[in-house]
Amino acid sequence: MRLVISYFIGLVFGIGIAISGMANPAKVLNFFDIAGAWDPSLAFVMGGALIVAFAGYRYVLKRPAPLLSPSFQLPTRRDLDLPLIGGSAIFGVGWGIAGFCPGGALPALGTGRTEVFIFVAALLAGIVAAKGLQAVIANRARAQA
Amino acid sequence: MIETAFTPFQSLGGGALIGLAAVLLMAALGRVMGATGILAGLIQPANLADWSWRAAVLAGMVSGPAAVLLITGQAPVVQVPVSTTMLIVGGFIVGIGVTFGSGCTSGHGVCGMARLSPRSIAATTTFMITTGITVFVIRHVLGA
Repeated sequence: MRLVISYFIGLVFGIGIAISGMANPAKVLNFFDIAGAWDPSLAFVMGGALIVAFAGYRYVLKRPAPLLSPSFQLPTRRDLDLPLIGGSAIFGVGWGIAGFCPGGALPALGTGRTEVFIFVAALLAGIVAAKGLQAVIANRARAQA
Repeated sequence: MIETAFTPFQSLGGGALIGLAAVLLMAALGRVMGATGILAGLIQPANLADWSWRAAVLAGMVSGPAAVLLITGQAPVVQVPVSTTMLIVGGFIVGIGVTFGSGCTSGHGVCGMARLSPRSIAATTTFMITTGITVFVIRHVLGA
């Protein structure tokens, strides 16, 4: 039951991404190209998603627990640190180069286009490399402590 | 560079569905609808139950384009205006960035911003700026 519901939630997300234009790198890059072929559509994607999520979360998070899990798993940190800002800055550089972000690329896999598989393979390699790097940094910090 | 048409209604509707999926995942499983988190948890799962819901969400996401074709009779448009090298380099950089930054456009940009999380607001502002600078440099400084 959990899995069937998870599948349909993923499907709603995937349909949303596909309709919105987030799965289309040409559209994504044109949103950022204000000095060139500017296409402001993505502001509407963000706006639509935020309005629904803001209102929906207000309602859902008032409940004591989710329907199919014992508790809500929300990030609790509120401090800004270097990994957050530096990592996000790096992400933006990659997004600007390739035109795909992870949430746009995963549903786009369903189009069967080779370019999407190439991007996702490189994305996975980057995630694995960064996790390895994080482990090295954590070990070094532990050795120094 | 490929010109694209301004699509306010599809984009608003598609965005609303993205937001709806985020709300439904929180209501059902109590989880953040972040592509980075879902993907990272698939590679390094805590346990089978943790892996399986992520795999099911991913399967649903991948079915999205086919569902759009079925409903509207038109396949979603994917135009890739960059080289294979740029896809590989960009993809690798995105993977590093989202891992250190703990999220991407969906996790920080939608779910975190909707909760008014200061970390997500800072992350989203940061990557929107660096993406804009990168696109400007590639298209108007390097002239690619």
